[in-house]
Amino acid sequence: MELKDIIKPENLVYEKPRLMNENPMHYCPGCSHGVIHKLIAEVIADMGLEDKTIGVSPVGCAVFAYNYIDIDWIEAAHGRAPAVATAAKRLNPDRMVFTYQGDGDLAAIGTAETIHAANRGENIVIVFVNNAIYGMTGGQMAPTTLEGMPTSTTPYGRNIALNGHPLKIGELLAKLEGTCLVTRQSVHTAAAVKKAKRSLRKAFENAMAGKGTSVVEFVSTCSSGWKTTPDKANKWMEENMFPFYPLGDLKNKEEGI
Amino acid sequence: MSEEIKLLKGNEAISHAAIRYGADGYFGYPITPQSEILETLMAEMPWETTGMVVLQAESEVAAINMVYGGAGTGKRIMTSSSSPGISLKLEGISYIAGAELPCLIVNIMRGGPGLGTIQPSQADYFQTVKGGGHGDYRLITLAPSSVQEMADFVGLGFDLAFKYSNPAIILADGIIGQMMEKVILPPYRPRKTEEEIEKESPWAARGKTKGRNRNVVTSLELDPAAMEENNIRFQAKYKLIEENEVRYEEFLCEDAEYLLVAFGSSARICQKTVELAREEGIKLGLLRPITLWPFPSKVLNTYADKTKGMLSVELNAGQMVEDVRLATNGKVKVEHFGRLGGIVFTPDEILAAFKQSVMNQ
Repeated sequence: MELKDIIKPENLVYEKPRLMNENPMHYCPGCSHGVIHKLIAEVIADMGLEDKTIGVSPVGCAVFAYNYIDIDWIEAAHGRAPAVATAAKRLNPDRMVFTYQGDGDLAAIGTAETIHAANRGENIVIVFVNNAIYGMTGGQMAPTTLEGMPTSTTPYGRNIALNGHPLKIGELLAKLEGTCLVTRQSVHTAAAVKKAKRSLRKAFENAMAGKGTSVVEFVSTCSSGWKTTPDKANKWMEENMFPFYPLGDLKNKEEGI
Repeated sequence: MSEEIKLLKGNEAISHAAIRYGADGYFGYPITPQSEILETLMAEMPWETTGMVVLQAESEVAAINMVYGGAGTGKRIMTSSSSPGISLKLEGISYIAGAELPCLIVNIMRGGPGLGTIQPSQADYFQTVKGGGHGDYRLITLAPSSVQEMADFVGLGFDLAFKYSNPAIILADGIIGQMMEKVILPPYRPRKTEEEIEKESPWAARGKTKGRNRNVVTSLELDPAAMEENNIRFQAKYKLIEENEVRYEEFLCEDAEYLLVAFGSSARICQKTVELAREEGIKLGLLRPITLWPFPSKVLNTYADKTKGMLSVELNAGQMVEDVRLATNGKVKVEHFGRLGGIVFTPDEILAAFKQSVMNQ
């Protein structure tokens, strides 16, 4: 069979999302950010919101998210994305405003902004990439680093007596009156990607319908930070991250969860 | 609605002026002696009349980042605080300056350092005009000396901020914030329409409309060559502001043999000192910088040729005096007099200090 016989519309199973642009990605092999970016691009395009969406990028590995998804962006200071998004949305209530934040950004330096934006029930989506490590600065301990997990600042593993407990911020946010959806997803298999996309779309719909804050947490891999291969990172995530950060809806007001 | 005459505190005047100017949003956090700004806005409920958004943030840090977010969409956004709160906002202010966003900040200064006191002070001069936050940036700094100017400088501050795409700050102190005076409030102006904002701020992140590239509001540029270019562009803008936006007021300077240099509340007190000196036959004048940056260096340099001495009178340990000395470049004796930590000087006290340090009496 010739290549030209294969490249036909009826054979199309996947294409690059329309809103992903041509800039080469800086993410490491095996990193979850790329897939999550694509899901966001797809959801915005599917909902026809590209001319209404304002993304708020963080400080962390995703600091350059604005180079990859072809929408308007505001690049926030470390941890302040929910405050930036609060104002962007309140001043432009017909717009779709989302933040994209890592664990250090959202659950350490930006804890106050995260909790208060969610508690006010800002009509925004918070996309939370939890890979339990500081990727950009070279693999230091994150608030979500698991007990015993080695990082460059916990070289002998996270010691609870020394470093405190990993923060289950998703569970914390689910307790707040202002959140309507807090869900924990992953993108390590095709099935997980499909499921995650449904959750992300629901979150975007909630924001546009003014239902309150939606948080979509992605339990993610960081093979560079974890000092392993992409394949082993996925396995390690399944065996270690999922038991501590179980997947599924932590809160879904609509469905009574 | 038209112009209105009211008796207001300086802080209240700022809130009324903001609503009447057509500001789109205010984000703040309570701190003495400026809390009336947020309280007045909440009581006036402008979201029901002009559509202005007002929100009490969870911290000064969040408030300044809300300013960043709102200004990033091209809207007219302001915040206010007092000294310790401004220290918290400095990171955000640096980002706003780096992203070249227009906005208005208000600092009603109190005595420091640290938690200090809630009494008035002018000890944030350095913080405001010399940087404060990180990097080479400048704030257009307006120093009101009356409740009327508190109201007037809201409009002026926003206009200058948008003219140059740069943050502007009103630097007042607890005296101007808390004292009540007659004030003429400007007529109501409608807020900018979405179409006007699109036209005025084509760089704003408002949703990527067809036919244009995506807008990214950021201060990040990892390529040092490009970052230097950014800085060169900022400096060119600052030079333009220095050339065009210097404002000051002269009080009995024409025949003056000596000058007091003072801003804000200090200048009000110094007016009386000048009158007292004149009664004694001393030809004293007062030069009041209205813009602290850009600083009225040229006019001070001119007066350095015509006068025998200057006294910089400030509610701090000697901050603006450095700029007066730079402006006069050694041509004339320049001394400083100040009270610290929330204590305010009297006109007599200033006159005595002037005679002693400048006239050597």
